[in-house]
Amino acid sequence: MLNRLDEMLNFHTQALRVRDQRQQVLASNIANADTPNYKARDLDFNTALQSALKGSGTGASAAAGGVRLATTAPGHLSGSPGLASEAGLLYRNPAQGSVDGNTVDVDAERAAMAENTVHYEFNLTRLGQQIKGLLSAIQG
Amino acid sequence: MSLFNIFDVAGSAMNAQSQRLNTVASNLANADSATSANGQPYKAKQVVFAAVPVGQAGATGVNVAEVIEDPSPMKMVFDPKNPLADEKGYVTMPNVNVVEEMVNMISASRSYQSNVEMMNTTKTLLLKTLNLGQ
Repeated sequence: MLNRLDEMLNFHTQALRVRDQRQQVLASNIANADTPNYKARDLDFNTALQSALKGSGTGASAAAGGVRLATTAPGHLSGSPGLASEAGLLYRNPAQGSVDGNTVDVDAERAAMAENTVHYEFNLTRLGQQIKGLLSAIQG
Repeated sequence: MSLFNIFDVAGSAMNAQSQRLNTVASNLANADSATSANGQPYKAKQVVFAAVPVGQAGATGVNVAEVIEDPSPMKMVFDPKNPLADEKGYVTMPNVNVVEEMVNMISASRSYQSNVEMMNTTKTLLLKTLNLGQ
């Protein structure tokens, strides 16, 4: 039963984690808008979510995700695999180059941030609704 | 929650931008300081930003790697009445380019604003996350 609950809430939880990670990458881009030679980065949400979903599954599918902690005793926690690691982060194609080698386009980053924020709130709302649904099912 | 990292990232950027604004203020204030405590005319200062990793992979903050003295040549102004003038009547004035500094100021303040907004958005998201399921 608990497993079922976990599976039901899993999708939006993982989506939130990926959105969370992406927000962090976008914040880094905006922060480094004036740093010479900084290259703007982003992650592909689709791929990141797929790998996060694969990594969070229970049992056999768990091994497919990112790096996991070694568990040598039954009591050990498996930990959560890191999301998009350095390897999962891509470099943005600059629309307009700049002499100092910086590829951050602040407008594009701000737009991506706004989009990411809305999606984060959507996932949060859906997760909240699922929890409310479960609660009303329990209470009748 | 890597959202908490954003406070460090945006905070470091705000710190760096305010330091840049500080050098702009000092350059503008001393645009006409023909002499200083060491007897030399004031030299324009510029900050050099560098990206530094913060916390987990992916987050990158900013810090001011160094404050350099502007290498551009000093301005020579012909003013024979000035006590600081050399034998040919020229006074060495600071190499501050006022127009460049004003542009620098606007750029710094815009970047600062972007980071403040980033922080505000993140705070809202975190507070909404706290209210999850209520």
